[in-house]
Amino acid sequence: MWELLIIIVPSAIAYTMPLLMGALGGLYSERSGVTNLCIEGLMLFGCFASAATIVKLQAIPGFSFNLAIVIGIVVAMLASTLLAALHAIASINLKADQTISGTAINMLSSALSLFLAQTITGSGNITVVRAVIRSDVPILSKIPVIGPLFFSETYWTTWICIAVWVISYFLLYKTSFGLRLRACGEHPSAVASAGVNVHKMRYIGVLTSGFLSGLGGACILVTYAGEYNAGSGINGLGFLAIAALIFGQWKPLGILGSTAFFGLCMTIANIGRILPAFSGIPMAVLGAFPYIATLIALVFSSKKSAAPLASGQPF
Amino acid sequence: MKDKVLNKPLEARKASPLLVSISAVIMGMLAGCLLIMLIGKDPINGYKNLFMGALSNKRKIGATIGLSTQLIFAGLSFSFAYKTGLFNIGGSGQMLIGGIICSLLAHKLPLGIPRPIYLVIIILAAILAGGLWGFISGYLKAKFNVHEVVSCIMLNWIAYWVCYDFIPRFIIDPSIAVKSAPIATERTLRSGIFGAIFGKSTTANLGFLLAIIAVILIWFILNKTTLGFNLKAVGANKYCAEYAGIKVNRSIIISMAISGALCGLAGLSYYCGYSNIMEMGKMPSEGFDGIAVSLLGNSTPLGSLIAGLFFGILKNGKLSLVTLGIPTELADTIIAIIIYFAATNVLFRNFWDGLFKKSFEKKEAYFALAVNGEKTMDQVSAEERKELIKKGKELSKTSKEVK
Amino acid sequence: MSHVIEMIGIRKEFPGIVANDNITLQVEEGEIHAILGENGAGKSTLMSILFGLYHADKGVIKVRGKEVNIKSPNDAFDLGIGMVHQHFQLVHNFTVAENIILGKEGGFVYDIKTASKKIKEISERYGLAIEPDMVIEDITVGMQQRVEILKMLFRDADILIFDEPTGVLTPQEIKELMQIMKNLIKEGKSIILITHKLDEIKEVADRCTVIRRGKYIGVVDVKSTSVDEMAAMMVGRPVSFKVEKKPAVLKDTVLEVTNLSVKNAKGVLGVKDFSLSVRGGEIVGIAGVDGNGQSELIEAITGLRKIESGSVILCGKDITNMSIQERNELGLGHIPEDRQKRGLVLSAPLTTNMVIKEFYKPRFGKKGILQTKEINEYTQGIIEKFDVRSGEGKDSLAGKLSGGNQQKAIIGREVTANPELLIAVQPTRGLDVGAIEFIHKQLVEQRDKGKAVLLVSFELDEIFNLSDRIAVINAGRLIDIVNTKDTDVNSVGLMMAGIKKEGE
Repeated sequence: MWELLIIIVPSAIAYTMPLLMGALGGLYSERSGVTNLCIEGLMLFGCFASAATIVKLQAIPGFSFNLAIVIGIVVAMLASTLLAALHAIASINLKADQTISGTAINMLSSALSLFLAQTITGSGNITVVRAVIRSDVPILSKIPVIGPLFFSETYWTTWICIAVWVISYFLLYKTSFGLRLRACGEHPSAVASAGVNVHKMRYIGVLTSGFLSGLGGACILVTYAGEYNAGSGINGLGFLAIAALIFGQWKPLGILGSTAFFGLCMTIANIGRILPAFSGIPMAVLGAFPYIATLIALVFSSKKSAAPLASGQPF
Repeated sequence: MKDKVLNKPLEARKASPLLVSISAVIMGMLAGCLLIMLIGKDPINGYKNLFMGALSNKRKIGATIGLSTQLIFAGLSFSFAYKTGLFNIGGSGQMLIGGIICSLLAHKLPLGIPRPIYLVIIILAAILAGGLWGFISGYLKAKFNVHEVVSCIMLNWIAYWVCYDFIPRFIIDPSIAVKSAPIATERTLRSGIFGAIFGKSTTANLGFLLAIIAVILIWFILNKTTLGFNLKAVGANKYCAEYAGIKVNRSIIISMAISGALCGLAGLSYYCGYSNIMEMGKMPSEGFDGIAVSLLGNSTPLGSLIAGLFFGILKNGKLSLVTLGIPTELADTIIAIIIYFAATNVLFRNFWDGLFKKSFEKKEAYFALAVNGEKTMDQVSAEERKELIKKGKELSKTSKEVK
Repeated sequence: MSHVIEMIGIRKEFPGIVANDNITLQVEEGEIHAILGENGAGKSTLMSILFGLYHADKGVIKVRGKEVNIKSPNDAFDLGIGMVHQHFQLVHNFTVAENIILGKEGGFVYDIKTASKKIKEISERYGLAIEPDMVIEDITVGMQQRVEILKMLFRDADILIFDEPTGVLTPQEIKELMQIMKNLIKEGKSIILITHKLDEIKEVADRCTVIRRGKYIGVVDVKSTSVDEMAAMMVGRPVSFKVEKKPAVLKDTVLEVTNLSVKNAKGVLGVKDFSLSVRGGEIVGIAGVDGNGQSELIEAITGLRKIESGSVILCGKDITNMSIQERNELGLGHIPEDRQKRGLVLSAPLTTNMVIKEFYKPRFGKKGILQTKEINEYTQGIIEKFDVRSGEGKDSLAGKLSGGNQQKAIIGREVTANPELLIAVQPTRGLDVGAIEFIHKQLVEQRDKGKAVLLVSFELDEIFNLSDRIAVINAGRLIDIVNTKDTDVNSVGLMMAGIKKEGE
C-alpha cells in the first residue's frame, strides 16, 4: 500500500496543479458573471506558447535552462491572457452568446497553435529538451510519512500554484476587490448602482482566467508532459477543470478538493498500467476512467447548482 | 389578411442573417490573409491553391462533396439542438460511436444480406448509436441538471476510449497495428453512381444523398410539425413552455437524441463512406466544425447545407496549401475565426444597420426636398417614392451647382 | 428656500421612444417632493439620469445652485444624492453589512467590524432596526428596503430618491416608511418620492411634479390640490379607479384547495396547511406581501410545483397529481406573474404564443402536422377581440409588443380557451391606466359569466376593487378569508402582517 501511495501521491499532485489553475481561472471569470467554456483553449494555448518559447530559448547556446522555463511560463500566461481578451470583448462588449464565443476560442486556440507549431517546428509536436527538475523541499521532506508523500521530488511550479490558490482565496473573500467581483456575478446592477464599473470587473475576471489557465497550461508542459502534442492537445483537461468548478460549487476550497480528486483520476489513467495493482484492467478503461468519474461526480453535484446567479448574462 | 397593423413609418433596412454570415466569412478570410503574410507567403496564391484544390476538376469536386457530407450532418445536428435551446458539442463522440458500430457491422454481418437491406441496417444502427450518445447527455441534463457542454465533452472522450478498445479487439488490421482493416467497398456507402460522375474510387458517397434528405426532413420537422413546435418552444423559453404544459425534460431528451442521431449518420458517412477505416486515438474534428457550419448557416437546415459545402471546400482545398509551404491548419484557423465573428455578429449587424440607416436618411432628405416636406415616404407608392427620391437627388445637385 | 436640485429641459431618447422630453424638476431643500406619473411615463428614467445611471441627451442639472455633470452613481454620491431603487439592488447571498459597504469598502482589505458598528449607529439613529450580520435572503422585504435606505445614509446622502417604495410593503410597513421619511426630513434631508399612488403623495409630500408620457405637465402644491385633480393631470382625462361591478351570482365550487403544503425554492415549506375554495361567479383575492407563499400556492395549483401534502380539486376532479396539460384541459386558465418569463415566448410570433397551450390538439396540429391556416385565423380573432396592437399583426414577435399589449395577448389567450377557473397573478403590474381598466373589465366579465376567478395582487387597492372575498396569506398560512364589504384596508393590513383579530 505504501509503495503504491508513494508513486501515486506525488504524481497526483502534479496532475492536480494544472487542473487547479484552470478551475481557479474559471472561478474568477464565472464569479464576475462571464461563463467561461474556453478554459480548454486557454490552457492549450498556454501549453503551446510555453513550449515554443522554451524550445527557442533552450536552443540558444549557453542560455540557462531554468531561466528559459521561467520565461516560457510568463509568455504562456500572457499569450493566454491575450486569447482570453477575445472572449472578454465578445462576452462583455459585444454581448455575444458566451457559450459560442467560448467554443470559438477553443477552436481558434487549437487551430492557431497547431498552425504556429507547424511553422515553427515543421511538425505538430514541440518537445522541450529539459522540463522542471524535481527536487526535495529542505527539512520538510525529512518528516516521516508526509515528507516523502508531499515534499519529496516536487516541482517548484507546484508551490507557485499553491501560492496562487492561497492568494486567490484571500483576494476573493477578504478584499474589496473580491467583494465587488463576487457581487458582479450575482447582481451586477447592484454593483453598478454602488458606483462600481461592472464591465471593468468582468474584464479583470476573464483576463485573470486567461492568466491562470495559461499558467496551468504551462505547468502541464514543464512538469509531466514535456511536450506540446497537436494531436491530443490537452485531452479535455480544461473541461475537467470546468467540471471541477461545478463539483467544487464555485468555492476555492471546494475546487481544491475536486481538482485533487480529478488529478487522482488522471494519475490512475496515465500511470495505472505501470502499477501492478491495476495490471488486469484494459488500458481503455483506465483512459476513460477520469471522464466517467467526472460524469458521475456531476450527476451528484449539479442538481443543487451554486452557480453565480448572473453568470452568462450580459450587462 | 386584415391584420391590425399600427400605421408605422417606413424604416431603414436591417442587416439580414445572410449578409452577417457573408461578413463573417470575409473577416475570416482576411484574417487568413494576415496569417499567410505573417509567415511570409503570398495570400492570393494561397487562396487560389485552396479553391483550385477543392474545385478545379471532377475528382476534386467529388472529394469536396465526400468531405462536406459529414460537415452537413454535423451542422444540421448542431442546428437542431441549438434551435431547441441545447448546445450539442458532443458531435465528435456521437460520430465515433456511430462509426464504430457501423464499422463492426460492416465487418461482421454475414455477406449474404442483400445490399438494400444491409444499407437499411447500418443506417438504423448509426441513428441508434449516435442517438444513444446524445440521449445520455439529454438525460443527464433533464434529470440531474448536468450542463450538456461538459457532459458532451466527457462523452466524446469516453467514445474515444471505446473506439480505442474496440478497434484492436474486433477489427484491427494486423499489418498496421493502429488502424482497422479496410471495409470492402461494397459494404461502404460508396456507390457506382458517384463513381460514374466523379471518377472511380471517389469519396463522394450515398451519405451525401442521405444528408440532403436529412436537411429536408429536419426542415419539415422544425417548421411544420407539432414536434418541432414543441421543441422550439422549449428552446426559446423553457419557462413559458413548462407553463403551457409542455414536458420540458422530455423535449430536452428527444432533442439531444435526434441531434445525436444526425451525428451518428455523420459517423456512418465518414467511416463507412468517405473513409473505410477507423484509426485508434483519433478524435474527428467534424463534431466541432459542425458548430461553425451551423452558426454560419444561421442555424437553419438549408444554411447548414450551404455552409457545410463551403467548409468542405476549405477542408479539401487546404491539402493543396502544402505545396506552397503553408500549414494546412490555416483552413481550421479560418474556420475558428469565422465562428468567432459569427458569435460576435452584433459587430456586423451594427455596421450594416448603421450604413443602411445613413443611406435611408439620405433618401429621406432627398424625398423631403422633392416634395417640399409636405409628404412623408410612407404616404406614396413604392414607384412614386423612387421617382421622387431621384428628383430630390437632382434638385440637390443643381442647388449645389447654383451655390 | 433654495433649490437643492434643479433639472431643466431634460431630454432622453431610447431607440424607438422619447422617455423624457423637456422635463423640468425643482426640489426645495427640506421638502418631500413627489414625482407623479403612470407606469412608463418616464419617472424612473429621469431619476436614473439624476443618479448617473443614464446620461441626458439634453438639459441642465443643478445641485444646490451649481451646474453639475453626473456621469456615474459615484458622482451622485459625491454630491450627496442617494437612490432607493424600486427593484432592490442587493446581493442575495451577501450580508447586510457587505451589501452596504459594497463600492465604498474603505480600503483594499476591508474592515467589516468597524463598518458594522457604523451601520448599527445609523440604524438606531433613524429607527431602522437592522442587524448588519444577517444575510439578505433571510430577511423580510421591508427590512431589505431599510437596508437600501441605510446604504444611502452610510454614504452620507442628504438628497434621497425613493423609487416606488411602497409597492412591496404592508399598509403598516407603509406607515412606518412614511414615518422614517418624516424623520429623515427632520434630520435635514430632502426627499424625492417617485410614485403613482395618490394617497401616499397626499399623506407625506409637500409638492408634486406631474409627468405624462415623457412630458412635463406641471407642479402642484399637494395640500391645495385634490386627489382627483392630480389623477386627471397624471392620466390626461378624468379617471375613476373604482371598478363597476354587479352583485355576485354564486355558482358551484370550482376550486377546492385542502390542507395544502408546498416547499419553496429553498426547500422549506412555503405554503403551510392552506385551504381555500373558489366558486363560480366570484372573484377571490389573495392579499399578502410579496414572498409570503403566493407564488408557491399558485404554482402548486397550476402544476408548476410539486405538492407535499393536501389536495387540489378542480371542477370536482382531483388534480393534485395531474400534469399541467391535463389541468389546462380541465379548465384552468393562468395569467402568470412574470409575463415575459412565463407568459410569452418573446422571440416567437404571436401565432406561436396564442396556440402554445393547444398546438397539439387536432384543431391546430392534425396528426402531428401544424394547421397554419387555422392557427393564423385563431390568432387574428384574439388580436381583434382583445385589441392587441402590434407592428406586424399576428406575425409580430411577442417581445416587440408593449407591456400592456403583451398582457392583453395573454389574457386573450387564456380567456378564449374558456376556462372554468382563471388565475390572475399581478395582472396589471407595470401597466398604464388604460390597460389596467381593460384588464379589470375582463376579469369582472369572467366572473359575471359564472366563472371562478382567483386574483393575486400586492396592490391592496386592486384586491379591494375587484374581489368579492379576500383571503389573506402570511408566511405561507391562510390568516383569514373575509367578505370585501365587511372589512377595510386596515384590518386586512394587520392580517397581512400575520395578526388575526381575536374573538371573532
